[in-house]
Amino acid sequence: MFISIFGAIEAGVIYAIMALGVYLSFRVLDFPDLTVDGSFVTGAAVAAIAITNDVSTVLATTLALITGFIAGSVTGLLNTKGKINPLLSGILMMTALYSINLRIMGQSNIPLLNQSTVFTRLSEIWSGLGIDSALNQGLSAIGASSLPRTWSILIVMLVVTLVIKFITDYYLKTEVGLALRAAGDNEKMIRSFSANTDYLKIMGLGLSNGLVALSGALYAQYVGFADLNMGVGMIVVGLASVIIGESIVGTKSIMRTTFAVILGAILYRIVIALALRSTFLDANDTKLITSVLVILALVIPKLISTHKESKRKRRKRIALQQRAKGEV
Amino acid sequence: MLEVNDISLTFNEGTPDEKQALQDINLKLSKGEFVTVIGSNGAGKSTLMNIISGALLPDVGDVQINEKKVTMMPEYKRSRYIGRVFQDPMAGTSPTMTIEENLALAYSRDKKRSLRPGVNKKRRDFFKTALNSLHLGLEDRLSAKVGLLSGGERQALSLLMATFTNPDILLLDEHTAALDPSRATLITNLTREIVEKTQLTTLMITHNMQQALELGNRLIMMDKGQIILDIAGEEKQALTIEKLLHEFQRIRGEQLGDDRAILG
Repeated sequence: MFISIFGAIEAGVIYAIMALGVYLSFRVLDFPDLTVDGSFVTGAAVAAIAITNDVSTVLATTLALITGFIAGSVTGLLNTKGKINPLLSGILMMTALYSINLRIMGQSNIPLLNQSTVFTRLSEIWSGLGIDSALNQGLSAIGASSLPRTWSILIVMLVVTLVIKFITDYYLKTEVGLALRAAGDNEKMIRSFSANTDYLKIMGLGLSNGLVALSGALYAQYVGFADLNMGVGMIVVGLASVIIGESIVGTKSIMRTTFAVILGAILYRIVIALALRSTFLDANDTKLITSVLVILALVIPKLISTHKESKRKRRKRIALQQRAKGEV
Repeated sequence: MLEVNDISLTFNEGTPDEKQALQDINLKLSKGEFVTVIGSNGAGKSTLMNIISGALLPDVGDVQINEKKVTMMPEYKRSRYIGRVFQDPMAGTSPTMTIEENLALAYSRDKKRSLRPGVNKKRRDFFKTALNSLHLGLEDRLSAKVGLLSGGERQALSLLMATFTNPDILLLDEHTAALDPSRATLITNLTREIVEKTQLTTLMITHNMQQALELGNRLIMMDKGQIILDIAGEEKQALTIEKLLHEFQRIRGEQLGDDRAILG
């Protein structure tokens, strides 16, 4: 139980980078970008092929990020210069990327098990620090029986994800970032303040898919393979993270929303891990569970607020009736 | 300052819906001139404004700002020189962003946008002083989301955002038409105050003849894609609504279409 939750949190923290990317396109630019299904795999593919060709792991991961940026920019070009509807631009790019990803990989699956990845390199450095044994001792002391193999992935990925979060927060408050947000909010207005909305959208989608590809590259190294189909339904996972997080944490400020998105990604993986432990669901049901989760996260908050509102109205009516009776 | 030379534009050419929106329009605004534009619906007022701002490109003719040809310059580049306020109070601001963030967007109009924070201490002070001039108490609500403001407040903020970087030209497109009478008066007064103080070269469309007479130092009347009347200086000061209607009848030989729309 503890180990499977621990694994879910690890994967969730890696997925959170993808979710931050989806937040940039879906919320900030108001652009439901389906490119994500393709660019996640592109990131994984580029990193895998680079690593198996003995490129250093950090460089391989950076290359993945850059390729994702290019993929997203192309979607942006289709939408702004080609005047293609946002949804369709994303679908076209996602479809094209499927073939491109296969071209990059040359085969539909690349195993990375005996390769040195970001995480194997990390654990080499980590094991000398003695943090694992210290943390595990603490866990045994509070009675945990099965202990995680290493804390390095979780802690380091958490730091990386938080750094990306803070950079995103900062970026969205800069002059360029403000213009980017306005482009998603009121395009006509920001054009009247000398901002090139085409450029902003292309750049925004590039950044978004760059993060998605980075997440894909890290995930491939985490699970030890890159697979052509690992991105199927990824946009829904991203939306699930954004929507679940927002409905729990709220969207008062940007810092809070990006935090919500990260938490949403982790919660999503935990819920999936718990659901899969039940006897009647198996791994093939993940997509169904994901969709149901998104639907619940969309519907429940609305139901709650309508219920609250009608309760408030009923209370007022009753109060009015009682006052009327009192006067009679 | 602003020159519009021999501009023509036809919509849907070659179809039954063909409409000649502008015919050989010539207009010259010198620095500091405040021109009000009146005319019935479909006269071409908004089309003219859209051609000046770059939202529409003319079939023939050219537009010059500060002796520089900008006819084919894309809208976003041209808006460095042009401040605009739209009719819809929702159109000029970004509702999910705060008042200070909106002002920061406008502040960067004539500068290159960088990766430095959009709002800092120095700018916030400047924004506060600027907001003060609106007399709406917005200077105490810098971090309130603009979506929470009323239509009148949003339009006042739009007006400030359009003017406080001192653009070469200010375009006002019926910017009081969607407000209730008291809010409209407020915005009209603010407009007068701001233009007087900053001496901006201004072109203002209005459907309200009274407003067109009260504001500005020059008045033009448009009809069927042409400028049919252009009055400035003392002659403009002496104008009345009756005289205007009479002038229209004299030039066009017909009653001014929809009096109600014109009188506002």
